[in-house]
Amino acid sequence: MTVTDLEVAYGGVPSGKEHIYEQEPVLSARNLVITFGRVVGLDGVDLDLYPGEVLAVIGDNGAGKSTLIKCLTGAYVPDSGTITMNGEPVHFKRPQDAREAGIETVYQQLAVIPALDIASNLYLAREERRKGPLGSVFRMLDKKGMEKRAGESVQNLGIQTIQNMGQAVETLSGGQRQAVAVARAAAFGSKVVVLDEPTAALGVKESGMVLDMVKQLRDKGLSVILISHNMPHVWEVADRIHIQRLGGRAGVVTPETHDMGEGVAIMTGAKKLADGS
Amino acid sequence: MSADVSSAAAEFARRQQSPVQRLQHQLHGKPWLSPLFLLLVAFIAFFISTPTFLTANSMGILLQQTAVVAALAVGQTLVILTAGIDLSCGAIMVLSMMVMASLSKDDGMPSLIGLLLGVLLATGAGLLNGFLVTRINLPPFIVTLGTLSIFTAIALLYSGGSSIQADRLPDLLNFLGKGFGIGQFRLTWGIVVVILIYAVMAYVLSQTAWGRYVYAVGDDAESARLSGVPSKRILLAVYTVAGLIYGIAAWILIGRAGAATPNAIPDANLASITAVVIGGTSLFGGRGRLIGTLIGALIVQTFAFGLSQLGVDQQWRVLATGILVIVAVAIDQWIRKVKS
Ligand SMILES: Nc1ncnc2c1ncn2[C@@H]1O[C@H](COP(=O)(O)OP(=O)(O)OP(=O)(O)O)[C@@H](O)[C@H]1O
Ligand SMILES: [Mg+2]
Repeated sequence: MTVTDLEVAYGGVPSGKEHIYEQEPVLSARNLVITFGRVVGLDGVDLDLYPGEVLAVIGDNGAGKSTLIKCLTGAYVPDSGTITMNGEPVHFKRPQDAREAGIETVYQQLAVIPALDIASNLYLAREERRKGPLGSVFRMLDKKGMEKRAGESVQNLGIQTIQNMGQAVETLSGGQRQAVAVARAAAFGSKVVVLDEPTAALGVKESGMVLDMVKQLRDKGLSVILISHNMPHVWEVADRIHIQRLGGRAGVVTPETHDMGEGVAIMTGAKKLADGS
Repeated sequence: MSADVSSAAAEFARRQQSPVQRLQHQLHGKPWLSPLFLLLVAFIAFFISTPTFLTANSMGILLQQTAVVAALAVGQTLVILTAGIDLSCGAIMVLSMMVMASLSKDDGMPSLIGLLLGVLLATGAGLLNGFLVTRINLPPFIVTLGTLSIFTAIALLYSGGSSIQADRLPDLLNFLGKGFGIGQFRLTWGIVVVILIYAVMAYVLSQTAWGRYVYAVGDDAESARLSGVPSKRILLAVYTVAGLIYGIAAWILIGRAGAATPNAIPDANLASITAVVIGGTSLFGGRGRLIGTLIGALIVQTFAFGLSQLGVDQQWRVLATGILVIVAVAIDQWIRKVKS
């Protein structure tokens, strides 16, 4: 990468937070390429996520936002390109690899199991067992304990309309399901939380709660990747904004250097970042 | 949201429901309720029409007749819960039975080793099904349709199509046909083993993480994968455990039939699927309980046994079973509509 490329790619860093960007990125991708048959999903995308920042990813439908985060979280294995965490190369083959590395994801299709109850969904693939031989020998799940802690996680998100953790997820409304998926990521993410359109199905109040949660995660030192079509939300919470266009990265801007109109213009190709920044 | 708003919402939800909708909701949560009801109706009907039906003696016979299909149906339930189907279960059982019998007949091999090798073979056959489903990505229907023919043919070739009678077999292989009486009520060890299999697998399905994964994979395989469930490993394990259970069913079958016969239960494959489906487990996966399967197996046998006691032609039993299956799947479809 040449120096001018870098200038094009980074529309600066948020003022007052320069120290964050002197650190090593917690998650970094270089030249990610993935194709689906003849469809090019990602055409050489770079991404840097620094500790304690909220990186928004915006782009038109089909720009490759979901594909990008799926490559970062082990749901897809890219055809080529490298991914590093804190400078170390990582090769996620499955979502649980990324999860074990501290990356929690709310996928666009939510990835909740309708027939299972809320608590089972929150603890899916990280179940807790009973203490003593019941757990160690007979592998018995600690259903009560998980239900109680699941209730706390959902409560933390402030979604009070969900009362009963033993309720099957299929009986929830679309927004409530989304809340469950977000609560799961927020409760278990230890380094990175990736949210693919987490507020798409949420009401005004609930959306606000998710945005608050994003800020809380950042304040705890976690990094968040937030995909959203809601520009006011993005400009409210993001430290930097990665603009995805036609399977590639059109650029990265900050809410200070560029306003929403400019961001959308870059996103749609009406404006090129090299001219405008 | 404040408390009175949410209670108003609950009130709203309550008022919306007609009794039929409430029933639908109940069945949605407890899909084995309708088969249990059917079983009770069948019992009462046969009790009224045939005085000998509800005697300790007949009940013992009914259980013995149910045992083999009930055992097979445990494996079948596991597979169907993952949205698969196993057409080869009866064939695996018969192959396993012929192998364990041949190996240990006429004081050939130590009976325990013969038995274990037979069960191991069935486990391997299940593993092969699982391998073809998960690694070659073939639909379970196609895989097990193929292995049904393959295992059936091997069993016939291996045994030369002839049976091995109980008197040529060691005690261990005949053991599950023996039993004990509680008054008039005779239980075989085979029935005891079946009850144990149900208890263990019901525990595994409802109380362990593995059991949850089985439901998760069956309900939505891609979401399960994205949530971190090792979907392929679970599927492979399900087919393998099913094979193991078919191997144990082979042992039960020798005791029940009093011989190892290649064509002991020709309709075992379909009977096991019938029991699972009537028991309220959804063919679309992710929904069902093992207790339902046990009830389903009992229903099929109760109809068969009751109607034969009434002296009804065997074809009417087959016809009744067919109707039961269709009604059961129709009820399942209706229950699933609750979602939308
Ligand atoms: N599994 C797949 N198989 C085939 N094509 C795919 C697959 N996943 C993504 N694509 C293609 O890759 C491109 C990018 O899709 P992606 O889902 O990443 O878009 P997106 O930016 O998330 O859009 P949206 O805003 O609608 O969610 C699209 O052309 C899509 O058709
Ligand atoms: Mg998307």
